[in-house]
Amino acid sequence: MDYITIDGKSVPIEGEKNILALIRKAGIDLPTFCYHSELSVYGACRMCMVEDERGRILASCSEQPRPGMVIRTNTRKIQKYRKLIVELLLASHCRDCTTCTKNGSCELQKIAFKVGIHAVRFLNNRKQVPIDISSPSIVRDPNKCILCGDCVRTCAEIQGVGALDFAHRGSNMQVQPAFDKPLNETECVGCGQCRVVCPTGAISIRTNVTDVWDAIMDPNVRVVAQIAPAVRVAIGDQFGFPKGTNTMGKIVAAMRLMGFDKIYDTNFGADLTIMEESKELAERLEKNENLPLFTSCCPGWVKYCETKYPEFAGNISTCRSPQGMFSAVIKDYFAKADEEEGKKTFVVSVMPCTAKKGEILRPDNFTDGRQDTDRVITSVELIRMIRQAGIKFDEIDSEALDMPFGMASGAAAIFGVTGGVTEAVLRHLSSDKGYKALSQIEYSGVRGNDDIKETSIMLGEREVKIAVVHGLANAGKLLGSIKAGEVQYDFVEVMACKRGCIVGGGQPLPVGPRTKKARAKGIYSVDRESQIRFASDNPVIGHVFEEVINGKEHKLLHRNLQ
Amino acid sequence: MLKNRQDLIDARNQAKVALEQQKFRILICAGTGCLAGGSAKIYDKMCKLVKDAGLDVDVEFGAGVAHGPNGECPSHTETAGNVKKSGCHGFCEMGPLVRIEPSNFLYIKVKEEDCEEIFNTTILKGEPVERLLYERDGVKYKAQEEIPFYAKQTRLVLKNCGHIDSEHISEYLAVGGYSALEKVLFDMKPEDVVNEILESNLRGRGGGGFQTGYKWKQVARQAETIRYVVCNGDEGDPGAFMDRSIMEGDPHKMIEGMLIAAYATGAQEGYIYVRAEYPLAISRLKIAIEQAEEAGLLGDNILGTEFSFKLHINRGAGAFVCGEGSALTASIEGERGMPRTKPPRTVEQGLFGKPTVLNNVETYANVPMIITNGAEWFKSIGTEGSPGTKAFAVTGSINNTGLIEVPMGTTLREIVYEIGGGIKNDKAFKAVQIGGPSGGCLIGDHLDVALDFDSLKKMGAMIGSGGLVIMDEDTCMVEVARFFMNFTQNESCGKCIPCREGTKRMLEILEDIVAGRGTLEQLDILKELGEAITDTALCGLGKSAALPVLSTLRLFRDEYVEHVVDKKCRTGNCQALKTYVIDPEKCKGCSKCARNCPVGAISGVIKNPYTIDGAKCIKCGACESACPFGAITIE
Repeated sequence: MDYITIDGKSVPIEGEKNILALIRKAGIDLPTFCYHSELSVYGACRMCMVEDERGRILASCSEQPRPGMVIRTNTRKIQKYRKLIVELLLASHCRDCTTCTKNGSCELQKIAFKVGIHAVRFLNNRKQVPIDISSPSIVRDPNKCILCGDCVRTCAEIQGVGALDFAHRGSNMQVQPAFDKPLNETECVGCGQCRVVCPTGAISIRTNVTDVWDAIMDPNVRVVAQIAPAVRVAIGDQFGFPKGTNTMGKIVAAMRLMGFDKIYDTNFGADLTIMEESKELAERLEKNENLPLFTSCCPGWVKYCETKYPEFAGNISTCRSPQGMFSAVIKDYFAKADEEEGKKTFVVSVMPCTAKKGEILRPDNFTDGRQDTDRVITSVELIRMIRQAGIKFDEIDSEALDMPFGMASGAAAIFGVTGGVTEAVLRHLSSDKGYKALSQIEYSGVRGNDDIKETSIMLGEREVKIAVVHGLANAGKLLGSIKAGEVQYDFVEVMACKRGCIVGGGQPLPVGPRTKKARAKGIYSVDRESQIRFASDNPVIGHVFEEVINGKEHKLLHRNLQ
Repeated sequence: MLKNRQDLIDARNQAKVALEQQKFRILICAGTGCLAGGSAKIYDKMCKLVKDAGLDVDVEFGAGVAHGPNGECPSHTETAGNVKKSGCHGFCEMGPLVRIEPSNFLYIKVKEEDCEEIFNTTILKGEPVERLLYERDGVKYKAQEEIPFYAKQTRLVLKNCGHIDSEHISEYLAVGGYSALEKVLFDMKPEDVVNEILESNLRGRGGGGFQTGYKWKQVARQAETIRYVVCNGDEGDPGAFMDRSIMEGDPHKMIEGMLIAAYATGAQEGYIYVRAEYPLAISRLKIAIEQAEEAGLLGDNILGTEFSFKLHINRGAGAFVCGEGSALTASIEGERGMPRTKPPRTVEQGLFGKPTVLNNVETYANVPMIITNGAEWFKSIGTEGSPGTKAFAVTGSINNTGLIEVPMGTTLREIVYEIGGGIKNDKAFKAVQIGGPSGGCLIGDHLDVALDFDSLKKMGAMIGSGGLVIMDEDTCMVEVARFFMNFTQNESCGKCIPCREGTKRMLEILEDIVAGRGTLEQLDILKELGEAITDTALCGLGKSAALPVLSTLRLFRDEYVEHVVDKKCRTGNCQALKTYVIDPEKCKGCSKCARNCPVGAISGVIKNPYTIDGAKCIKCGACESACPFGAITIE
């Protein structure tokens, strides 16, 4: 095996593309701002510099390892340069850390502390520009941007959207949408993946915490919450639990303490979706039209398709997302009680997703002109509320969800990961409901992290061809192939975010490979430990269809597409 | 359409005969300088005189003339002779220039009203107009080639510039054009061509000085078969115009160089990246490409061989950083002109991700000569490590500003004092900024060092693309450093932190210093920043951005200290450091200065000497120019 020497230590080269990966493998946490293994190498922050034996300074992120190389990561010169670079960044950066939403999780703050900067010798004379709050999903504060370009590359390379890019030159450079338009007037789908990679507070979640507190404090408002599948496995580690722990019970208990009136499970909405979407698929297959059927759970995907591939917009399921269906059902369910008690039901959904904040404002998600979901708060905002309320999340006892919508199948839980919707639909469509069939579906190729996954199922005589794709750039690729006639499918599941909702734009950071894995594992164990594995086995579903929906499927469960 | 080798040889011979048959040619320079000096009017006047006389005389002109559909000047059909276009003659200080062939008289500072005399005396009688000849140290020079400015030069790359009609391929053919292409296509294998260039040790004239042959060799051995040849004509250094002159004056030479590079490396397509600020170069290149295509020297199956090559022009929007290889290719691709990390290098993954030969204009223009005369001939010129010649654009406080070409290894003294004719107004030489904003300073101690890639690097400077700004004793070196830093900061793409933020801070410090707000501690920060940027910036622009500051800081530290500690600029260049004083001996107490002072800093009693309040004075100089007695001076 080939080796390189890092700080006197011999490190084997095992297919690493750059020296930086080897350095990190060697146990040295070389700080960087612009390096992400999933993105193209940008090489702009220069923090990853190392010195070779000839005294040359190399950027380790873009330097290929050559056998026998000898490099040092901590020479006097390197230390000096690294410190100066951070000082230069800080000099042009807003330093109001205590009031920044990123306080405590800011990479710039962390690295500045790490390299030991205690004074900045330059004046901050950077021209201040307005903060863009036009998007319902994210807030862009260019004054806090360090121009690492992570958001630009994520938006273009992973999401294929390209809503952000660089403008202007030199110290006037800025990251902004084309023509400096407000974000809501661009192709931005609100997925928030830019915020996931942003090292500072330059891109943050458009928060609705205050609105929710206002509603809770109002005695005339019935605050009803629904909690999405991916939230329960993403919050625990912020309070000392192992990554990926399902803390649903604690979340419910905490929200009751805060004053939420009813707390339900979005998984119930997902069960509704499974039923409704399977029905829609069966109809389309029978008529053999409008295929493939694209899932509609992910608002980022829906907007992407509508803006970039409008020719496929008609193929998207007319079903509302689980959130949308469920909120409509909740509002209908409480309509009578509201009238009697003189109250107003206010639906708050707790989501891993920033795009959901946009989805609820879409008229096609309204019922008779009524906005069904009143506010979306993300996992991050829920954590913020728990902290604001002073709740000792790790100490309180778990509590059960409210009924009747507190019951859901395991099939619904896996909506939080890529392939989950498909797996749930396959379970529903499968005539065999035994354990063997479950495991067959599990290993049919729907799970895992391949960019595009393919599988098929026999429905009667017909082979139904299925694709699962995550990451919008991958979705774009797939649509291209469908358009070109290279591939043909009957059902396609799309999730805007890579790996699905567990890495949504509203989830706590940082999300490294271990966190992603643990969250996925957590989701699948919710399913495995569930008594109910099929949506149709959820006893409440039948009841709701009879008592609440009662013929109003089209109005409550589908998007009103005029 | 030339279908084979013999066609080309015949065409060349025909062109040569046609050229030899011309009795007289009048070449009027139309470089930017001469054009600004009114050479367009001289051209019109000459055309009229020739036409009226019904003579068979060629009037050649560089620019500013509307072209007919075939690139001809409209007045061509009206005159008896062919009216043609030529490029810059190089002796810009003495423009507008008019050259008469075959006597080779060079007339300087010609005005419209001189045309008649030139026509009557030189064209009709063959005698020189004495008063328009160049004169130095009492000697009048009739022939252009005898003038010291030209005599001391070795014009190889620029040989045809100003001497041939760059808008007619026939003129290039007449002087042996495309014979190098002929040689490689019919007598050499691609690898022979690469080896010949490698053997010649031709180094990139764009600044880096990287071995051209080695670049070609690397491209030639890539597995990918789609390859590109790209010419960097994005000459962005302030004051540099070598590449422009070649593109305007001898575009075919460069195109021939690109063709040879394409043949050697197996490329099928090429791009010339020219800055949009060079409209004349672009139009000349367009004409040249069209004519080469018509002649079958560009396109499919060139001269009946298997070799095909298409050439495109791409206009740059004027970003200095687009002269950097990866930013240039990104710009051609339609992306933001921003350098990327290397590897992969341009030779591996350049334009459109394919192996790419990227050289600058002057480098390509060297190639045909090397092929024609051989690597040994080329190595006999210049120095061992840097063979060949180098074109320089000489500007600043020098008598003969202009475009020159000298063998590598020529000393600065030869350039400044022999070719350049010494410092203007007999001032003392102080320094020369070489290599533009990316280069460094050379001082009196360096006057006798042989200039080539390696010696300059040792002195902390670089040859750059070849801009030479000569500075005399009246130049403030701190201000020079500030000027170049301002340029670099404006032209930084903003990608990497050291360049984007570091140059901004360096500029701020330099602005502080020239404004009298500097501190000694800032000088240390300046050095600290400069060294860090040089070591850590992403691209060549960033890595060299601090060089002008670092080299002036090293060579002229006393001047910096003077600005910072004594708050004085010895040259009086730094406005804020000037102190205006009234000489009480000379002041008559007329109050004119006080009345002209915009801030009320001058007071006094009529008929008694006035005084200036230094705290109020904004150093505008209004008092100095208002004083009728010369009583106000800068201390």
